[in-house]
Amino acid sequence: MNIQDFEWAHLRLLAPEIFLVVVAAVMMSLDLTLPESRRRQLGLVTGIGMFLAMGLAVIFALPGMDEGLILGGMIRNDFATFAFRMIFLFSSGVTALVSVDVEGLGRKGEYYTMLIGTTLGMIFMAAAADLVMLYLAIETTSVGLYAMAGFLRDNDKSVESGLKYFLFGATTSTVMLYGFSLLFGFTGQTNLYGIAEAVSAGQVPALALIASAVMIIVGVGFKVAIVPFHFWTPDVYEGAPTPVTAFLSVASKSAGFAVLIRIFLTALGSTAASSISGWLPMMLAMAAVTMTVGNFLALPQRNIKRLLAYSSIAHAGYAMMGIVALTTEGIAATVFYLTAYMLTNLAAFTVVILFSRVVGSDEIADYAGLSRRSPYLALAMLIAFLSLGGMPPLAGFVSKFFVFAAAMRSDLVWLTWVAVLNSIVGLYYYLVVLKMVYVKPAPEGAGAIPVSRPYAFALGVLCAGVIVVGVAVAPWMGWATEAARALF
Amino acid sequence: MNFPFLSVISLTPITVGCLLLLFPAERKNEARVAALAAASLCLGLSLFVYFGYDAGAGGYQFVEKFDWIPQFGISYHMGVDGVSNPMVLLTGIVIFTGVLISWGIDDRPREFFAFLFILASGVFGVFVSLDMFQLFFFYEIAVFPMYLLIAIWGWKVTREYAAMKLTLFLFIGSLVALVGAFAMYFAIGRATGVYTFDMLKIQEAQAAGAFNFALNVPGLGAVSFERFWFPPVFFGFAVLGGIYPFHNWSPDGHVAAPTAVSMFHAGVLMKLGAFAALRMGIMLLPEGARFHLPWIVILTLINVVYGSFIAMRQTDLKYMIGYSSVSHMGLVSMAFATMNQTGYLGGGMQMFAHGVMTAMLFATTGMIYDRAHTRMMPELGGMAKKMPFVLIGFTIACLSSMGMPGFAGFVAEFPIFMGLWRAGTQTSDFIGTYYAWIAVISALAIIITAAYLLICVQRVFFGEISEEHDHHVGDVTVLDKVAITVLSSAMIAIGVFPVLMYPMVISGVDAALRVFGGS
Repeated sequence: MNIQDFEWAHLRLLAPEIFLVVVAAVMMSLDLTLPESRRRQLGLVTGIGMFLAMGLAVIFALPGMDEGLILGGMIRNDFATFAFRMIFLFSSGVTALVSVDVEGLGRKGEYYTMLIGTTLGMIFMAAAADLVMLYLAIETTSVGLYAMAGFLRDNDKSVESGLKYFLFGATTSTVMLYGFSLLFGFTGQTNLYGIAEAVSAGQVPALALIASAVMIIVGVGFKVAIVPFHFWTPDVYEGAPTPVTAFLSVASKSAGFAVLIRIFLTALGSTAASSISGWLPMMLAMAAVTMTVGNFLALPQRNIKRLLAYSSIAHAGYAMMGIVALTTEGIAATVFYLTAYMLTNLAAFTVVILFSRVVGSDEIADYAGLSRRSPYLALAMLIAFLSLGGMPPLAGFVSKFFVFAAAMRSDLVWLTWVAVLNSIVGLYYYLVVLKMVYVKPAPEGAGAIPVSRPYAFALGVLCAGVIVVGVAVAPWMGWATEAARALF
Repeated sequence: MNFPFLSVISLTPITVGCLLLLFPAERKNEARVAALAAASLCLGLSLFVYFGYDAGAGGYQFVEKFDWIPQFGISYHMGVDGVSNPMVLLTGIVIFTGVLISWGIDDRPREFFAFLFILASGVFGVFVSLDMFQLFFFYEIAVFPMYLLIAIWGWKVTREYAAMKLTLFLFIGSLVALVGAFAMYFAIGRATGVYTFDMLKIQEAQAAGAFNFALNVPGLGAVSFERFWFPPVFFGFAVLGGIYPFHNWSPDGHVAAPTAVSMFHAGVLMKLGAFAALRMGIMLLPEGARFHLPWIVILTLINVVYGSFIAMRQTDLKYMIGYSSVSHMGLVSMAFATMNQTGYLGGGMQMFAHGVMTAMLFATTGMIYDRAHTRMMPELGGMAKKMPFVLIGFTIACLSSMGMPGFAGFVAEFPIFMGLWRAGTQTSDFIGTYYAWIAVISALAIIITAAYLLICVQRVFFGEISEEHDHHVGDVTVLDKVAITVLSSAMIAIGVFPVLMYPMVISGVDAALRVFGGS
């Protein structure tokens, strides 16, 4: 463990985050000054800001020689940070773009300010190497997300969603905090790497180790939506404004995975720690149960947002396969999986946003005949759902392939079989939605769904991304592998 | 040869398919013309590859290889050998004729041709893949367009059910095989230190003994690696080959599918399963194959006999052809079980012969259905008067199907029985005797095939035509006639001049049989 003190030069590595703060400030002043007719630009400014931040990250914060614990050990600058930062910035940028035409959301400066704030929090969740920093980041993210989920004040479902999310979130996060405090109490350290050394040295009694592992799993499991901490997911996903749902399902989930990976592979990663605390068998069981519960409960859903909520639970299960494999390849597979899932799910939700804006419904039955009404929108939906189902040449196929391979490499043959059977269930309900879109006739007099420019741009980029990631796999996999190496 | 023939053949359809999807929807004719152009290109190139292949030299030719995902030892590796080359030609023929006879589709033709072409790419890709990852990649591409093609353009009564059943069956099969592929990948990696999905490298490592270890399976004790993993890989793919008892998605799928898709499905897709089972099951796990095939041959016998009995009972033309496909595909798997050159030669020939003749049967059935609006044999009759050209095509396919000398079916089925008999005489133990019996019984099943096909020709084309049909049924279009001509000439050419294909297939099967150590 080599902790570097605060140095001005290191702020360079936080250039994208500093820039985000500036964007947030700009957003607040624009919110005060922009006339009603031009408020649509708020979302565009946020979106462009996020993409610019990605550029800054590549220019200033690409970890190379200066990998390590910086700023007094608060932040770890490595490829894992970088990869997750890109995931958050991209999904946040797309979310901003696809929010612009949403009633009650798209023209509110405070919504975008909170979006930027939560993104900032997520980046620090992935980057934090210290329990204090980590908890601060988690709360920064969560508070913003609670408010965003309940943003539509006049909509009962949205308010219910926000409140539910807040109650669940606050409870689990306090439980997790207790887990943190146990680790701190026994080791006297807040730095994850310091804790790792102390745990290896046997400073923490077995019972405390088990308790803290369980309590941390509770908190992180809530974020990631793994069974049995998944109960909030369908209700919150259904009630929240759809762009927020999209953001929750990809960015918040990835952030949870980042924390999961950091804590369990760094602080509790040593063989001794994992065998005493028993987190590995717990997570193995949860991965298997999560994908099964998610897929089977998705079967009877009639509402597309609830369906995608359960599907997101199932996908959390698949993504965990890479973590429990406990290999570089496994973590790389998980990072790759999250990237592919982000592109795919954002595309799916973008179609849902466009559709419900015009039709005013999220019922799957109302999607009947979409391919006749709007062939291109139907095509985007086809790409997104087939990718979720794991079909080539789309990103979903390779990402599943890699997590299955990771599990097989660690001799988890049974888990692979569970996942294989689950994929079939998954494909079934995705196909049922596509059947609505492509086979069923459209209702009388239903016209095309208008798609405005930011949405068309976002959908085009996402669909192209799904295909590119699914075909030209090597570079993405290379980056994911770099990110995974940084953790071992 | 530097021009990437195989890449162009297998990627042209999917590229054209994607472009078609971005075409304006109302330009229906342009979409059709673009489809025909792409299909002609594929047929032309596959003919070129077919005749450009040097059967004397054998081995893999037209090879293309570069790294795809080097971190995992995955490469983009294509090549044809004597077994896959006829399959590529078959796919070229079927996509070409399929586009011709689908000209009249008026409901979203753009999407129809696009999905059909994505399917075609998947099929071409599997036949030329020499890398397991790549094979799965293309295999899945071949599976999902089927769902939409059947569910959207299929027969209204059963299409949703049949499409879902077919897709899930094939998806399950492929995933089961995928787990087997992973097992091979890691076994090779651990034994040699080189993790690779390249099938040629796996074959080498297998020959060097990388799979010679036992697994400790709970409940079964120590089982040799190959014996344990052969069934998942073989059956995973054989599902698509229609092997009993996993065949029953296939008649439902054939019946519900629109004509061109039935042609593709029975003509090419089922070969895909058999082919992949051969490539990944038998050739990569020969020890497992040697152990399991002697009992699998009984399943294939059930396929042959039971398939033809069920076919005889059908009154719906498409169901009849569907079950007859199950029966004929049983012969292909049976050929694989012989493990000698004669039998494998027959298997390779049968894949091509059956592909062309089933495509013809489904094409002509589709033409009849489009005009008479029924496929029920009792309601049909006297079609010979109305569409003589269809009669010729249908009859040629039937004669080929029943193994009449002079047609493609004979030169394929005869070696299979001979090979099976030979496999019986080569071994003296118990297995040897029953191989001979299986050969006899399945040869007798061909008589049943002859019976139901002749009855069918008589019922559909001769006899009294109903008044209603007499009134509105007309002759087929020129495009249909072109399609019939292409398919018939393929069947007759191979039947009369088997030398066009024999040396090539022999060079391919010899390589396949080398994994068993000669023969």
